[in-house]
Amino acid sequence: MSASAAKGAVVAATRPRRRWHWALALPLGWLLLVVFLAITADWIGLPDPSAQELILRRKPPSAEFLLGTDNLGRDMLSRVIYGARTSLIVGICAPILGFLIGGAIGMSAGYFRGKVDMLAVGFIDILLAFPSLVLALTFTAYLGQSLFNVTLALGILSIPAAARVARANTLAWANRDFVLAARTVGASDWRILTREILPNLLPPMFAFWLVAISVIIVAEGALSFLGLGIPAPQPSWGGMIADGREALDVAPYTALIPAAVMFATVLSLNFVGDMVRNMVDPRRSAL
Amino acid sequence: MSDLLSIRNLVVEYPVGGGRHVHAVSDVTLSVKQGETLGLVGESGSGKSSLARALLQLPPAKAGAVVFDGKDLTQLRGQALRAMRPRLQMIFQDPIASLNPRRRVAEIIAEPLIVSGVSDAAERTRRVRAVMEAVGLDPDLVWNRRPHEFSGGQCQRIAIARALVLEPGLIVCDEPVSALDVSIRAQIVNLLEDMKARFGLTLLFIAHDLAVVKSVSDRVAVMYLGRLCEVADSDSLFATPAHPYTAALMAAIPVPDPDVPLGDTKLKPGDPPSPLDPPSGCRFRTRCPHAQPRCTEEVPPLRQIAPGREVACHFPLVG
Repeated sequence: MSASAAKGAVVAATRPRRRWHWALALPLGWLLLVVFLAITADWIGLPDPSAQELILRRKPPSAEFLLGTDNLGRDMLSRVIYGARTSLIVGICAPILGFLIGGAIGMSAGYFRGKVDMLAVGFIDILLAFPSLVLALTFTAYLGQSLFNVTLALGILSIPAAARVARANTLAWANRDFVLAARTVGASDWRILTREILPNLLPPMFAFWLVAISVIIVAEGALSFLGLGIPAPQPSWGGMIADGREALDVAPYTALIPAAVMFATVLSLNFVGDMVRNMVDPRRSAL
Repeated sequence: MSDLLSIRNLVVEYPVGGGRHVHAVSDVTLSVKQGETLGLVGESGSGKSSLARALLQLPPAKAGAVVFDGKDLTQLRGQALRAMRPRLQMIFQDPIASLNPRRRVAEIIAEPLIVSGVSDAAERTRRVRAVMEAVGLDPDLVWNRRPHEFSGGQCQRIAIARALVLEPGLIVCDEPVSALDVSIRAQIVNLLEDMKARFGLTLLFIAHDLAVVKSVSDRVAVMYLGRLCEVADSDSLFATPAHPYTAALMAAIPVPDPDVPLGDTKLKPGDPPSPLDPPSGCRFRTRCPHAQPRCTEEVPPLRQIAPGREVACHFPLVG
């Protein structure tokens, strides 16, 4: 059969549908709500999260204070929402930082192999050998507590994990024939890394990033709980739990409410992250 | 006709740890003439693909020279080598793995043009459309699709289009039809033949399917355990094999008739020896029905026994 006769035989398979599972609606809805409130916090008529009203301290939830007030009489709802802003900024930015650096390290290691690989893996192992929370504590204690420094510290902590995911995936893709084909046309290493390998790395990295957000939110909470997170009076979930700890016997909700919000958010992120990871499973996308 | 490509004393070895090496290709000298199709056959592990990759410098061979159009590729580095690459292209065995699953067909075929500096987008589009039509793909239908939406045969057409778009001199086809459905093979083989005529290509066609090799090749080279056994024009090789290994391969071709008994290859029973520790002398001697003491001691050199006919055997069956 000649080439022109086969032309009519061009049949492309239909695009496989990626179905959204109904169970995804609840966690996704919760995340959207948290993000929406965090963004619009200034415009939805919330009381000042730092305004203290000592007469009204430790009030249980009521019509006036939907989630009650804390030890210093500050509105809990307002603080939880403004705290979401802090937690999300740290939770989203820190892994981005770590993924940019760790991703670059991991990709170079998996692509160039040899000495680059040895150096990168050594660096990752050294970073992993530090107790992570102690490293972050040292960092914020030394450089000072600020949103930026906390983000930086947690970002550095997420480098090893990101580098490992990037390296493992790069190893799997770098030996495929299409990379060889790119090399036969004379593509440079940089072009192969960015145009052939990176697009295949993004889906698994994105799924992992979603999970990393939840880990970082918890880590930021732990730092704040230890008093080395975001400085007062700026609210963050971890800091609120730490504040509420003092009054666990008389007003347990001051610690439990931010804890519950954090729990729901982290759980939702993990659900969505798992779902996304299933959807971009490299075994299926390899076909 | 002059030689477009000549391979001289090529050696490819892979370290396997413990200081040991796989001797994938040992001292192979072979030339490909301008405009011909050279078939390269041999069983799995005989070093066919290693040879193909080494001549494209992916990675460069351990020793030997690969002279393409007067330039020794093994001496070129960096930019100079990249500038030569477009003239030698490759088609791979697994068409699906040879296409990036995240990129669209038009991007995949345009990529070589971008890499080699065709910066005019309209010019690229024109050339991509032309080559798509040449390989029997409808540009409007396939343009924005991704490789997983196509069958193996269609993917191989895309891969052929990508190899052709730079108008190379030589295409190395590394088992281009082995992974395809039998019903599709003839289409792809015919497409390659059409393209060869249309673009004036030279093909190095690697396969283990002897029927395919016979139908496409002008000359055939037979490899066994990293060494060349025999090089001859296709007709005389298939009619009167000179090397005992070639003869055994011919005898093993099944006849499509259940009443015909299986051919006797007359081989000594056993597996091919390990390429980690190949036999001394002639590498085929452990299975050769004609092996003599001399075969253990002396490596038979590839020597001419008739015009255009070379064999590496102390006791060739012809000549």
